[in-house]
Amino acid sequence: MRDLRQVLPSDRVRTAPLERSLMGRDASIFEGGRAGPVCFPVGTEEVQGCVDTARRHGRAVVPRGAGTGLAGGAVPLEEPVVVVTTKMNRLLSVDADSRVAWVQPGMINLDLSRATAPYGLHFAPDPSSQQVCSLGGNVGTNAGGPHCLAHGVTSSHVLAVEVVLMSGEAVVLGNPDGWAPGMDLRGAYVGSEGMMGITTAIAVRLTPNPPAVQTLLLAFDSVDAAAQTVSAVIADGIVPAAIEMMDNNIIRAVEAFVGAGFPTDAAAVVIVEVDGLPGGVAEEADRVVELATARGGSVRRAADEEERALLWKGRKSAFGAIARIMPNYYLHDTVVPRTRLAEVMNRVYEIVEEHDLQVMNVFHAGDGNLHPMLLFDRREPGIMPRVHAAGAAIIEASLAVGGVLSGEHGIGMEKRDFMPLMFSEADLDAQARLRRAFDPSGMANPSKVLPTGASCADINALDKVPDGVWG
Amino acid sequence: MADREVPAELELFAAEVGSEGPVAVVGGRSHWEVGGLCPEDTRLVRAPSGVRSFDPADMTIRVGAGTSVAEVDAALAEAGQRANLPLTPGATVGGVLAVGRDDLHALGRGRLRDALLEAVYVADDGQVVTAGGPTVKNVSGFDLCRVLVGSLGTLGLVGEVILRTWPRPAAQQWLAGPCDPTELRRRLYWPSSILWDGQTAWVHLEGHESDVESETDLAKSLGCEPTEGPPPLPLHRVPVGALADGGISGSYLAQVGTGSAYVSEPIPVPSPDPAVVALHERLKAGFDPRGRLNPGRDPLAAT
Repeated sequence: MRDLRQVLPSDRVRTAPLERSLMGRDASIFEGGRAGPVCFPVGTEEVQGCVDTARRHGRAVVPRGAGTGLAGGAVPLEEPVVVVTTKMNRLLSVDADSRVAWVQPGMINLDLSRATAPYGLHFAPDPSSQQVCSLGGNVGTNAGGPHCLAHGVTSSHVLAVEVVLMSGEAVVLGNPDGWAPGMDLRGAYVGSEGMMGITTAIAVRLTPNPPAVQTLLLAFDSVDAAAQTVSAVIADGIVPAAIEMMDNNIIRAVEAFVGAGFPTDAAAVVIVEVDGLPGGVAEEADRVVELATARGGSVRRAADEEERALLWKGRKSAFGAIARIMPNYYLHDTVVPRTRLAEVMNRVYEIVEEHDLQVMNVFHAGDGNLHPMLLFDRREPGIMPRVHAAGAAIIEASLAVGGVLSGEHGIGMEKRDFMPLMFSEADLDAQARLRRAFDPSGMANPSKVLPTGASCADINALDKVPDGVWG
Repeated sequence: MADREVPAELELFAAEVGSEGPVAVVGGRSHWEVGGLCPEDTRLVRAPSGVRSFDPADMTIRVGAGTSVAEVDAALAEAGQRANLPLTPGATVGGVLAVGRDDLHALGRGRLRDALLEAVYVADDGQVVTAGGPTVKNVSGFDLCRVLVGSLGTLGLVGEVILRTWPRPAAQQWLAGPCDPTELRRRLYWPSSILWDGQTAWVHLEGHESDVESETDLAKSLGCEPTEGPPPLPLHRVPVGALADGGISGSYLAQVGTGSAYVSEPIPVPSPDPAVVALHERLKAGFDPRGRLNPGRDPLAAT
């Protein structure tokens, strides 16, 4: 502690029980993480100071942005030094002609798009938490969002990152111009969930705002028809900016919450947004309407920006709306091939029924990224084992059709022990080698992502998620 | 542990790679010298070839890494799709991924490094390893696929890949003229390519017919005229920043917005940060401690 106060002013090294307990969790269902000293650096050198101090004391380091992660990636185990980047929240530079901005990691996702709006540019990844999540966290999880369908997830929008390695060195990976000779270390780092270093600056690629946008609300009598329409749109050679699907349970919850005008009698609605130049937008929107109507869908076109904003408000308020129904929810995140959507959704409903739970589905249908939300009340005796059993069954059902464990939330602690379901021992060993190249000490956010055994170098290695951490 | 069924041709490939002795994978030899040559005693192997599966509605394709980019493009074209691979004559999918050069249209279509969803490779010990996953979106574990692109086969020998595919647009047009490339980028909404040789800018537009028409008119108003195609690419790739340092003796062509430029005569490029070099060394030491995979090749020298 004393040593940390040599590198940071004492008001930015916090040790009060309340502060440490706040930092003990993120937005996931994990409880019981234990933070050591909590540091709030304002620049790269201070981050280096924190890392050097932690290393000298044999402590692990857990980087943390806004704490909105859903997989427990930022949950500190065994009292590590927690390095919070929220005070590093400045926009460092914007080059509108090159469409590159340098930002600090604590900058809020939406604040970047707001700051670049005068240049007609925005940052494409838009997680539902974009009003509060940090760009450093987006880099850590390789975050997605509705508008990543056409333009790709965070990795496609990060040109370079400045990283403080666990050796204390600061290094720039990638190049803001877009390419530098050598291996794509930038790409390896994005999505590494704080296990390779601490992000201290990010060069992001900015995307021009589209000249034309059309947003459609398609309503269906069955989830099957909605899912088939999604597959039909993709199969037709259209890659909309976004395709989001919501089932009846969530439609009703959202309507009661924000009144976005979603039809509460529909089994499912699909929001399709096409953007680009006017000719393509008009043609693609017409084609989507044709494909939806052929499958029994009814169509509402957003007439203006206000109506469009309302539809998106409905979509993005889903999580808030749920709080009115049940005190707790567990949001899952798997991806399946887009042609298997309807089948896996039906399986999700069966699983939930088998475990006597409630589910709501609101997800990025266009890229097959499912987000079943299991609703429950933690106070109900015996509920947690059912919630976890249903979650495990959903993961298994997704993998069984050629899907993957996570589309955008990451592995963290949540899915760490599911990794062997998707990867062989040799596959996991290769991932551990990649991590070791960046962090031979294993002191960066240990015990996440890779199951124990895949990386023997982890200090503080735990045999399993400690008791009481799984809610 | 996940019990993967390894296809017979990959088993064969792994057996050929084996676990002893220097070995390199040969594709179409279109960029054989990039990053250095293998010593003469290096055993050469070829990755399996052929399209394994392609479901147009999933917009992904699984191919042997030894498949030519032309064959993949032809298979995708039948379904009105394409992948963001450079269509270098004679080149293989594994080859272009190992070399890591973007297609000329990367500005609008996306980078080569984002095209790779899953790679099955043979590791230094002869084991078959899968990196990434088959879906278009995937953050399950560390993103090993990204480092494989541009690694010149020095971390593992890729045998099979799953690529993301995209719709092929209805219309396209190349234009060229003495216009300012920055102005073109500023004014045109989504050009797929802007090239600049210091005097002439080339721009490629694609998309819906009426949009290509209107953007063509806009490009004309900025001084461009329709042309057949892009100019031939000079031989050597350099980071675009190296052009600004001067010392260019031959011709060059900058690929705007991608960080790459091509020069006819080699020019000095900035030395990499020692910390970046150290990361490369640790990666190589971690994945191939005996240095048997594509010996003599250095991704940092792959310009």
